[in-house]
Amino acid sequence: MISLYPLVYNVVLSTRYDVLTQPGTSHFVGLGNYQQILSNAHFWADMGRTGIFMVVSVTLEFVAGLILALVVHQQFKARGLVRASILIPWAIPTAVSALLWKMFFDTRSGFVDFALHALHLPGANMVWFNSPTLAWVPIIVSDMWKNTPFIALLLLAGLQTIPLEIYESARMDGASAWQSFRSLTLPLLRPAIMVALIFRTLSALLVFDVVYVLTGGGPGQSTEVIAYYDWYKYLVSLNFGVGATVAVIITIFALALAALYVRLLQQRGEFLS
Amino acid sequence: MKTWLGRAGFNILVVLIILYSLFPFYWVFKSSLESSIALNQPTSSIWPLQWTWVHYQVIFAVENFLRPLLNSMFVAGSATVISVILGSMAAYGLARMPIRGKVLILGFILLVSFFPQIAMVGPLFLVFRHLHWLNTYQSLIVPYLILSLPITTWILTAFFSQIPADIEEAAMVDGASIRQTIVKVFAPIAMPGIFTAAILGFLLSWNDFLFALSFIQSPNMQTVPLALVNFRNAYYVHYGQIYAGVVVASLPIALIVLFLQRRIEAGLTAGSVKG
Repeated sequence: MISLYPLVYNVVLSTRYDVLTQPGTSHFVGLGNYQQILSNAHFWADMGRTGIFMVVSVTLEFVAGLILALVVHQQFKARGLVRASILIPWAIPTAVSALLWKMFFDTRSGFVDFALHALHLPGANMVWFNSPTLAWVPIIVSDMWKNTPFIALLLLAGLQTIPLEIYESARMDGASAWQSFRSLTLPLLRPAIMVALIFRTLSALLVFDVVYVLTGGGPGQSTEVIAYYDWYKYLVSLNFGVGATVAVIITIFALALAALYVRLLQQRGEFLS
Repeated sequence: MKTWLGRAGFNILVVLIILYSLFPFYWVFKSSLESSIALNQPTSSIWPLQWTWVHYQVIFAVENFLRPLLNSMFVAGSATVISVILGSMAAYGLARMPIRGKVLILGFILLVSFFPQIAMVGPLFLVFRHLHWLNTYQSLIVPYLILSLPITTWILTAFFSQIPADIEEAAMVDGASIRQTIVKVFAPIAMPGIFTAAILGFLLSWNDFLFALSFIQSPNMQTVPLALVNFRNAYYVHYGQIYAGVVVASLPIALIVLFLQRRIEAGLTAGSVKG
């Protein structure tokens, strides 16, 4: 119930004009805030950027996570060590991980430029945070470093439920490793893949810490995402009517993902077993 | 030939993965030991130059980094204890008793864990402002409960459902009271599950940045992530201090993860919770 309260409060607030710096001017405006927001180019630009970030970061993290999971699923000597070491970045607070990558990408105290230079790769001596497109690189790298382990873990759990015998029989039937990966592993891993994708998509939709710490939405507005926009409306502009309106819109998207997840669990018959 | 090549490739992949996960930590540790002069020059070596402990001394003596550490521990600790107690009670009920609308309740719990944190910031800010709670511990403990309670309840329900009810029934048949059954028979078996839920709940609160950023302004009340980010917001960027602070704040977490890796993995997959 405590958690339902903010939700309802948002819906109420979103129909009001309510700016804290103008006490006494709060009044009912109906759907006025929605009208204002939905015709606001700034809002749509942020939604677009959030969408692109979701697609790019989730895709990259999924591919990296799948590779990690497949490697750790093999039997080898240092397996325990690898499993533990991939978990450590996941346990670091997102804001701290972003702070670290901010420094790693710095020319003076970081290693990114040093490494690019040493490997004779392009990109050395780059001022990453001054370019509207390049500023996304540290954001995505930081997000990947922190979140890939989570995807890897969920996929690994999925891999472990696949019985080894089916691979044996596939090999007997003359299937190559790639063939059995494509027609056995991937389909059987589908439930785990779906769960991982839903959770990652949700947190990519809500990405805030990384952007706040690394770029503050800049340069200009070029890395501003929807959660940052909402936070700014709430706590910098102190415009709670508009802030709540954006929050309601974000919540609708999040609940759509939740509905997808519940349907998935029901299909698998795992909901309440 | 082919298998030899395959094995070599695989080993290289393993090394790359370990580097990818752990090299950043090496860099943090190395940089935390370097003098500010070395840190402000272009990076020239992967080994530390001009060793010094001064950053560690400064963060405790000058910046009072102990305070955010204690704040974080207290806030995340309190939220964890409360959410594990409430979560265990709810989960026991959900796992054991034939409650009508159980599916609905579990569905609702799941839905709550999908609520966007950003959407809670505004309403909670107004409520806390009204209660004069801004800059207090309770302005973090309450939101952290909202974050961790659904997830601990969900994980614990999954764990408790796996424990066969026969064990408790046998104890009851032998004349144990309900309380005795729960305390002496059920609790010991359930402990690993409760422990897992507690670690995940604790990490969730410990890692929060958004709520702390929104409800805390006073330097004395900052949590660890907020304090570290604010080292940077000063006029001058104190790289060495941030690096030393990250080492101090991450060491306990890294140890927890190393020792309790199996537990954490079990919890993450049992609950399929968000990370």
